[in-house]
Amino acid sequence: MSHDDNDGVSRRKVLECMTWAGTGVLWTISGGVPHSLGLVDEAMAADAKSSGLTFLQISDSHVGFDKPANPNAKGTLEEAIARIKAVPVKPAFMIHTGDITHLSKESEFDDAEKIISQARLDVHYVPGEHDIIDPEIKIYKERYGRGTKGPGYYSFDANGVHFIGLVNVANLKGGGMGSLGDEQLEWIEDDLKSRSASTPIVLFAHIPLWTVYPEWGWGTEDSARALGYLKRFGSVTVLNGHIHQVMQKVEGNVTFHTARSTAFPQPAPGTASSAGPMKVPAEQLRTMLGTASVTFKQGEQRLAIIDTPLQG
Amino acid sequence: MNFARHFALGAIAVLMTVAIGSTSARADDVEVKIDNFTFNPQQITVKAGAKVTWTNNDDIPHTVTSKTGIFKSKALDTEDKFSFTFTTPGSYSYFCALHPHMTGSIVVEAGK
Repeated sequence: MSHDDNDGVSRRKVLECMTWAGTGVLWTISGGVPHSLGLVDEAMAADAKSSGLTFLQISDSHVGFDKPANPNAKGTLEEAIARIKAVPVKPAFMIHTGDITHLSKESEFDDAEKIISQARLDVHYVPGEHDIIDPEIKIYKERYGRGTKGPGYYSFDANGVHFIGLVNVANLKGGGMGSLGDEQLEWIEDDLKSRSASTPIVLFAHIPLWTVYPEWGWGTEDSARALGYLKRFGSVTVLNGHIHQVMQKVEGNVTFHTARSTAFPQPAPGTASSAGPMKVPAEQLRTMLGTASVTFKQGEQRLAIIDTPLQG
Repeated sequence: MNFARHFALGAIAVLMTVAIGSTSARADDVEVKIDNFTFNPQQITVKAGAKVTWTNNDDIPHTVTSKTGIFKSKALDTEDKFSFTFTTPGSYSYFCALHPHMTGSIVVEAGK
């Protein structure tokens, strides 16, 4: 066995997986689980300068969480926003892929807003299951639901890219996983009808739109139908949160990616008895929290995604 | 009759009563723990009239939501409890509305 194989990740494999060579993203697969390697602020800045559109993804802030895995989730969100403010080239906007709060309390939404607004960027939200704990989804919809349909789905365009924010955490059925539901699926089909196949599409939702690990409910049971409507499009990027770790998969025209949380890490699929906040040594915590930067370049099929931890 | 055997059986009965009684006010009341995204015990049989109390021991909120809508807790934060008294015999499936892969059931048998 060569040294490379002992590492679990051979240099050759890394090179094989560099699908975005030249745009700064490095990712690799070990044990069947993709990991992002490219974490460089300089690369992010260089990308932003040379491209049409760079936006940020932030996820799973869990404002209100104060358990041992991170007694100060507000503080780490503040750190993430401070880093976003310090990026040399201002991103166009930010998307938040849900679990803004831990318990959907007004005070938690207030605190989140106070911190996230410091970035001085437009933020496009979708809810996580922690944001719609109140039965009628009243608080989330009052704050973020203006102009959205159903429990809060919508679409918008930026620099020729079509963005679709989806809700797969509402009206979940016992024994299932995340779910979009018939009404939302019909809306997606309709929303895409008039778009040309050359329009780059970005889908974002809280729970992964591919089946990461059904034993922990890490997937969306009717996502195949949504992805079916996207088959004719040349460039599709799916951005999710929920699992509090970076994971990436490319399948044909579709790139799937999950972002880190700013609050607490969760175990890799199947490595613990269940999902949930994972306590790590204090000095490791910030290496497992962070945000993502996404850059679209004219003429390139895939968007470049760079995950940046709070530290390391 | 063997006195020692009688005594042993009596002691076991007392121990059993203590074991059940220590977690609930009445012997036919039942506790279900929520640990590591699992209802524990996942399936339990009770007599009609029994009160079932769920306690969330996770650092993540969960709900106890009947599949047919008969009972529905609010989101239970860490250490929060929810109780429901089952009066009608039958099988009651439930799940966590936040993490629907978490499921459990209560089977209610007719009382004596």
